Amino acid sequence: MSATVDWPTETMTYREALRLALREEMTRDERVFLMGEEVGVFDGSYKVSAGLLAEFGPERVRDTPISEEGFVGAGVGAAMLGERPVIEIMTINFLLVAMDQVVNHAAKVRAMFGGQVGCPLVIRTPNGAGNQLTAQHSQSFDGWFAGTPGLKVLAPSNPADAKGLLKAAIRDDDPVLVIENLPIYKEKGAVSLDPELLTPIGRATVARSGSDVTLVAHSFATVRCLAVADRLSERHDINAEVVDLRSLRPLDVETVAESVVRTNHVVCVEEGWPTYGVTAELAARVQNVCFDDLDAPVERVGLAEVPMPYAKNLELAALPGEDRIEAAVLHTLGAA
Amino acid sequence: MSAATTSASQPPTDASALRWRLERYEQMVLIRQFETEAERQYKAARIGGYCHLSSGQEATTVGVLSAMRESDLLVAGYRCHGFALARGVPPNAVMAELFGRRDGCARGRGGSMHLLDAERGFFGGWGIVAGQLPVATGLALALVRQGRTAAVLCELGDGAVNMGAWHESLNLAALWQLPIVYLVINNAYGMGTSVERASAEPNLYKRAAAFAMHGERVDGDDLQAVSEAAGRLLTRAREQRLPAVLETLTYRYRGHSVADAGLAYRTREEISEHQASDPLIQTRTRLLADGAGEHELESIEHRALEAVAEAVRFAEASPQPELNTLARGVYAPGSSEQFARMRPGSAYGEERLVFDGGLGE
Repeated sequence: MSATVDWPTETMTYREALRLALREEMTRDERVFLMGEEVGVFDGSYKVSAGLLAEFGPERVRDTPISEEGFVGAGVGAAMLGERPVIEIMTINFLLVAMDQVVNHAAKVRAMFGGQVGCPLVIRTPNGAGNQLTAQHSQSFDGWFAGTPGLKVLAPSNPADAKGLLKAAIRDDDPVLVIENLPIYKEKGAVSLDPELLTPIGRATVARSGSDVTLVAHSFATVRCLAVADRLSERHDINAEVVDLRSLRPLDVETVAESVVRTNHVVCVEEGWPTYGVTAELAARVQNVCFDDLDAPVERVGLAEVPMPYAKNLELAALPGEDRIEAAVLHTLGAA
Repeated sequence: MSAATTSASQPPTDASALRWRLERYEQMVLIRQFETEAERQYKAARIGGYCHLSSGQEATTVGVLSAMRESDLLVAGYRCHGFALARGVPPNAVMAELFGRRDGCARGRGGSMHLLDAERGFFGGWGIVAGQLPVATGLALALVRQGRTAAVLCELGDGAVNMGAWHESLNLAALWQLPIVYLVINNAYGMGTSVERASAEPNLYKRAAAFAMHGERVDGDDLQAVSEAAGRLLTRAREQRLPAVLETLTYRYRGHSVADAGLAYRTREEISEHQASDPLIQTRTRLLADGAGEHELESIEHRALEAVAEAVRFAEASPQPELNTLARGVYAPGSSEQFARMRPGSAYGEERLVFDGGLGE
């Protein structure tokens, strides 16, 4: 590590932090290369890879046809031979087309062949809703993938972790899905320029300290929870703690439990459908570990369980917005 | 069915030929005006989400639709405004859908990418590249099972031919002799990737040969040529259950969606070059040469403008969907009872949002 150098930080967007991670890792390791639709000439559908084609050339920034199953699978094969492919899927909705390669192939390689071969593959893709993209483009499948042994699943909520987790993913020896988020791409934050600073996989973080209730979230839901925590403090004199999971598999249950033991109340929030989702897993584990510490049942907030409608008013109602999270907190504290 | 499809048939050769072409021209102008207005409304934030425009592709859309019968079925990808209009879905209902209103053709649930009108045999409006191909193939299978003498027209873009779903669908259609025509609209770019950069065999119609299926290519900006080819292939499909691939060469003037300026991967000169042979101008010029009056064409163009302006007025006046209908169309009627015992332990707000409004009513 770089203990002797004091690396500065720089304010940048989540998108720029991801780009910096890619650039640093491509510079550090010749085996790292990018593949995906529009990652090169078009500079990336959401401009994460902007400028990388010019910097690293077409062999390392590889535009693909629209063939998700093909190029995700090609990433699996290349990774099996020691390459470090980083695949961009335009949105997580399109990853379903390659589900078989992710779940039946990438996730199986190491175990199924008795540990002889690994699959150091990274898939980056944004989830999220809120821009009227309708039913086929507004989904969050975080829980589906995080429920798959053999995969690691990360979901940064801010620029610093976007950089740190993507770098950790690229250096990891297993297939890692890095779930980004459309609404956060433009969010700014301080990011270390230290090329050796990684965010550890499997470690949640307390994004805001508090004593009255624990909000557990990941990705954009963390951003919502931080805003709700401010509201709760201003309007209700409630001091909420926010735990940002950062990593869904492995899941840092210990950090969640340490918080709940102190606050005795917990609201779990996710952007996806809660039934059989990330918050379902959290609720099961929290009640198991913190049964005697809970003063109220575990509360959950997620996307209304409907295919996302197009109309703006319906979409807003379906999303796990700040009003609904706030109401859930007041409910769990017996204040409403 | 509206005037848009009442006279849909093969281009006649008698004196009514001119009338037939004038009607097609009116549809083309309507689509162009509609797309231009949709872009304006999108930029004014009255239309949200993704909005993929088809300006420049009107001869293909109208040419193919003119060869379809009412009993034929239409399936499209996400660039589908023109298909809906050419199939006879009223501009009012299409614009109201783009506005996310109750009177939209998908009740405000679908938006730009997911237009549908089952009564007119238009089965979407799909947003995942090539995802509509297996679905369309299944519609053709159902036509056969039901003994209907009709065919499916399945639209896709040049970018969709490298998906597994394309290969699987074509093979099934050929293997089972299904009445379907796969219309590949080759507008030169799949998003920002040119056909040459995406397809090892850029003559896309030739791909049909791998499935012992007929494939052919026509000038997609030539209304008559498209109509003739589509008519011939649809007839084969209907009468002999012979599937086919029809590739039309055309060009989209605007970006992939309204959010894409469309200039990162092509030059302004290239766009201008294509605009010089604009299908609307081509059709207009031929009409004039064949005896249509300038005044008649102008009044057609004026009517199209009026129809689009009326569509905007209609969409503005249409109410938003009611919030308590959020979950009503998610399951078939009668499903509420099946779900009733799932209420306990729901996530916060779920009972009010989903169950109280009637899940599956």
